[in-house]
Amino acid sequence: MTVTEARTPGEIQEKTAGTGRRRLGNWLAFGVLLVAAIIWLIPLAWAIDTALKTEADTTAIPVTWIPASGFTFESFVEVLGAGNLLRWYFNSALTSSAITVIVVVLASLAAFGLSRVPFRGRTIVFWVILAGLMVPPQVLIVPLFTEMNFFRLVDTYPGIILPQIASPLAVFIFKQFFDGLPHELEDAARVDGASRLRIYWQIWMPLSRPVIAAVAIFTFVLSWNNFILPFIMVTNTEMMTIPVGLATVQSSYGVRYADIMASAVLGGLPLIIVFLFFQRQIVQGIANTGLKS
Amino acid sequence: MTARAETVQQKKVNTGRRTDLTGYLFVLPFLIAYGLFLVWPVILGLRMSFFDWSLVGTGTTDFLGLANFRELFGDPDFWASLWHTILFTLLSTPPLVLIALGLALLANRAVPARWFFRLAFFAPYVLPVSTVALIWVWLYQPGFGLINSYLVSLGLPEVDWLAGENVAMLSVVIATVWWTIGFNFVLYLAGLQEIPEELYEAAALDGAGAYQQTRFITIPLLSRTTFLIVVLQILASLFVFDQIYIMNTSGGLNYTVTRPIIQYVYEQGFTQYRVGFAAAMSYVFFVLILVFNIVQFVLARRRRREA
Repeated sequence: MTVTEARTPGEIQEKTAGTGRRRLGNWLAFGVLLVAAIIWLIPLAWAIDTALKTEADTTAIPVTWIPASGFTFESFVEVLGAGNLLRWYFNSALTSSAITVIVVVLASLAAFGLSRVPFRGRTIVFWVILAGLMVPPQVLIVPLFTEMNFFRLVDTYPGIILPQIASPLAVFIFKQFFDGLPHELEDAARVDGASRLRIYWQIWMPLSRPVIAAVAIFTFVLSWNNFILPFIMVTNTEMMTIPVGLATVQSSYGVRYADIMASAVLGGLPLIIVFLFFQRQIVQGIANTGLKS
Repeated sequence: MTARAETVQQKKVNTGRRTDLTGYLFVLPFLIAYGLFLVWPVILGLRMSFFDWSLVGTGTTDFLGLANFRELFGDPDFWASLWHTILFTLLSTPPLVLIALGLALLANRAVPARWFFRLAFFAPYVLPVSTVALIWVWLYQPGFGLINSYLVSLGLPEVDWLAGENVAMLSVVIATVWWTIGFNFVLYLAGLQEIPEELYEAAALDGAGAYQQTRFITIPLLSRTTFLIVVLQILASLFVFDQIYIMNTSGGLNYTVTRPIIQYVYEQGFTQYRVGFAAAMSYVFFVLILVFNIVQFVLARRRRREA
């Protein structure tokens, strides 16, 4: 009280009014966010709701959230039993994991060399790699297909994996992190006669866990959801990934909306589950990667 | 010169060479992948665009010179699809930046359940594009579509979201905003975290209200983040293909008013087998993107110098 007494009554009043207004503002912000969040969740909720209806109820008018003949798992059972969904899960998991591992290994090795080994011409090499950031994969679909076709890799896993393994962005992110680490760590190990490869593997990699996680998560999500590349590389239904396979279900199910929504929901489920478990890491990883690029 | 000095000299050269070799070995695996799957396709694409290259034949049969490019510039479909891509970018970038900013500003206040909002806005971003396209095609249906049923119950007329000539592109934009806003939202949240708390405290002591604080502290200090988000968003929007293609082919989306340039490239290359022509088209688009990248790069540098 003694502190506030020194102020004029007007100031005190203004200050308390300020916090009052602030609190009101926070509740207002909460209200707006809540409405926005509900709008954002409705499409997902509606997809799940539709998937749990019988086919007849999906097209009933007037439209209702609670179907006349009750909820059923029929569509989920049918989609999982009849379609290629399980196979597509497997293809997506296999190719995305392979891409992620290869990207992390290649990019961290290159970044270590660029950051820690003072070899001649490394500035040029770095700029050549950086220039790759300017090349969007979408404009390469035609020559990439021609190349893969030449290697007889169309409709194979390597055909999906290989075109996605050279990531200049990953090199850039690793290099930035390595540049920021202190030299002393390495100097001590070099005096002990450790080779550079051992320094990379035993000192640098354990220190880089947060960056590895960020790059790995980023790469995994992007390659899991990559549509255009597997789409041009694969024609055989058995070799399709989740995004490509799902894009064909509308035509194979005709106008069976419950089935279509069931497969759409199931197709989105793995990454939603991954996201729920690693929410903080994913959000942070994407924020860091994005802000650094 | 003594023998000893010579060996020292020799040793120095050797370690220099060894360092060079080690360095190259570290970079080599990446460079091989980079050369095979990035540099080579860039060169191959350029070469193809000068030939009457066909996907089914063996390739390099007829050298056409600039004929592919000449045909391209006279092709109304090329101009139309290029325009659709630019229109999509013009329509999608403002809401994707502004709504993300608005939501991030609100979520950055002391509101309860912040994790829930992050979840709600970001979750759609991790969905595969096909899930997104299928859900929105279903929402946009006439009659039993959810959106139209709500419009009707509000006493409004139904909208022909998918086939309508004037709304089809807007429908794609709405679906895209819903799908990808979480990315920009998260970037903005990260940008907001970097603004020091003391600035707000100082401003509050000077009697600045929430609006003034946002207007004169937050927005200016976020300008670097905003620049980045706008650039990333424009690039992402220019490459639009997936959702439009899926909604076109399996959702009845109006094709003539939405087909983007990448889709035209795909059709020419993979369904018409006119690979040379498609490569030429990719290259023209690539050059446009390069120009954008250079402009953006120069602007970013100038900003940094001024700061």
